[in-house]
Amino acid sequence: MGLFDRHAGLLEAYRDVRTTGADPFQIRMERVLSPTEAVINGRKTLLVGTNNYFGLTFDQSCMDAAIEAIRAEGTGTTGSRIANGSYSEHVLLEEEIAAFYGMKHCMVFTTGYQANLGVISTLVGQGDHLLIDADSHASIYDACKMTQAEVVRFKHNDPSSLDARLRRLGDRPGNRLVILEGIYSMLGDSAPLKEFIDVCKKYGAYVLVDEAHSLGALGETGRGLCEEAGVLDDCHFIVGTFSKTLGAIGGYCVSNDPDFDILRVTVRSYMFTASLPPSIVASVRQALRVVQARPELRKQLWDNVATLYDGLKAQGFKLGPEHGPVVGVHLPDRMAAVGFWRAMLDAGIYVNVAVPPATPNGVSLLRCSVCAAHTPQQLEHMIEVMTGIGRQLGILSGAPRLRVVAGNG
Amino acid sequence: MPDLGTGEPLLRTAHQLIVENDDIAVTLEAPCQTSRIDVIGEICHHLAPFQASDRPIVGETVIAKDLTIDSLAIMDMVMELEDRFDVSIPMNVVAEIQTVDQLADTILDLRAKR
Repeated sequence: MGLFDRHAGLLEAYRDVRTTGADPFQIRMERVLSPTEAVINGRKTLLVGTNNYFGLTFDQSCMDAAIEAIRAEGTGTTGSRIANGSYSEHVLLEEEIAAFYGMKHCMVFTTGYQANLGVISTLVGQGDHLLIDADSHASIYDACKMTQAEVVRFKHNDPSSLDARLRRLGDRPGNRLVILEGIYSMLGDSAPLKEFIDVCKKYGAYVLVDEAHSLGALGETGRGLCEEAGVLDDCHFIVGTFSKTLGAIGGYCVSNDPDFDILRVTVRSYMFTASLPPSIVASVRQALRVVQARPELRKQLWDNVATLYDGLKAQGFKLGPEHGPVVGVHLPDRMAAVGFWRAMLDAGIYVNVAVPPATPNGVSLLRCSVCAAHTPQQLEHMIEVMTGIGRQLGILSGAPRLRVVAGNG
Repeated sequence: MPDLGTGEPLLRTAHQLIVENDDIAVTLEAPCQTSRIDVIGEICHHLAPFQASDRPIVGETVIAKDLTIDSLAIMDMVMELEDRFDVSIPMNVVAEIQTVDQLADTILDLRAKR
């Protein structure tokens, strides 16, 4: 048996996808022009699938901070946080994130993936119980493989399903740790966090919330779903990333637990990889200031979400359950999704395509992510293009669905 | 006990085969407890949409190999079975399970330990 034989099924599916002409998983951004535009296949393309929720990748103050840091401290740290890779700026960034959340402790990681992987797999061990939402991100599933704790999944966004699983544990010894996400990355839906927290309190379970897609987007000051739901003090650990709203790369975990810092010498994904380069630390520190200083970006983002979500809904597209910075458009199957995706690319619009096994319940999606920097015209153009393609491919019926404004229906 | 007469054709086939392989008299004597036949029936019900050929789903069916079900759908099915039988099957235990029989045994073992 060859080394790659075990991937035969995936290879076949991937070949099917590629026969459509363009490979959605090997798109080359030939030149990125702005947070909302890039050159792809030689043509200017509207970007609606980049997780760049506030459009800060080209923020002048963030770019200036990064350039200045490179000149002052060089291109990289060439070492881990526990060796030569902790600069004053790393420590300052941690203090600033902790202060942003009003928490005592913060650890910064080189990616958000590594933050989840390391923190979750280290917090629980043999004899403990890890309970995860069925739609959890890959980094959470991978953490489950690295811990000796017993892992049980509960139904997506279903507090009663979590309740049943905590109840069944009865008086068995061991800590309980529940993993939730602020906004789920495929369909853009939020966790019913208050209800989940109530269940966790009832059984004395610890809670970790991943705010990767909700940092900046949710909460009065952008701290995420924990702030929006008013349960910041009940969340024992909050994980997040710098690679979405903050426009760079990196991850963090904040907590009030007095012993939190022991993780610095136990979490392997923190200890055995190089720390973030000075330019990234500098741009992230500045981006965090921008998020706090410019709440209007959050309003722009949600205005744009409403434009795209409501516009697509009115045309009859099947979407995720609620408004969110991620708008997932359901398509009947993998080939329809890839065909639709390619037609959009040909029309000059880039979104993500998400197909099984990377999606919950085997759904095939066009995954759109909205940016505060999108103009209403860009999004209206996108709705028009998608409606046209949807009708051509027979995914939408010919006539637009009319909104009922009066009548006895 | 399950109504063997009303299932879909696929399920009926599976039930009958299980019945032939099982000691039905023992099952009938203990109507209050969850019987093996209940558990197998429920598993077959969830697996029926993934039947790959005319071969019926039986106790020896290797779930990930003989059927068209992927690993995510297996985990989702397990979640449904957990709630149906009020047990929790840790993911590392699920990973070790290969056949319908093994899955049924796991559920029955966990129920017995409650």
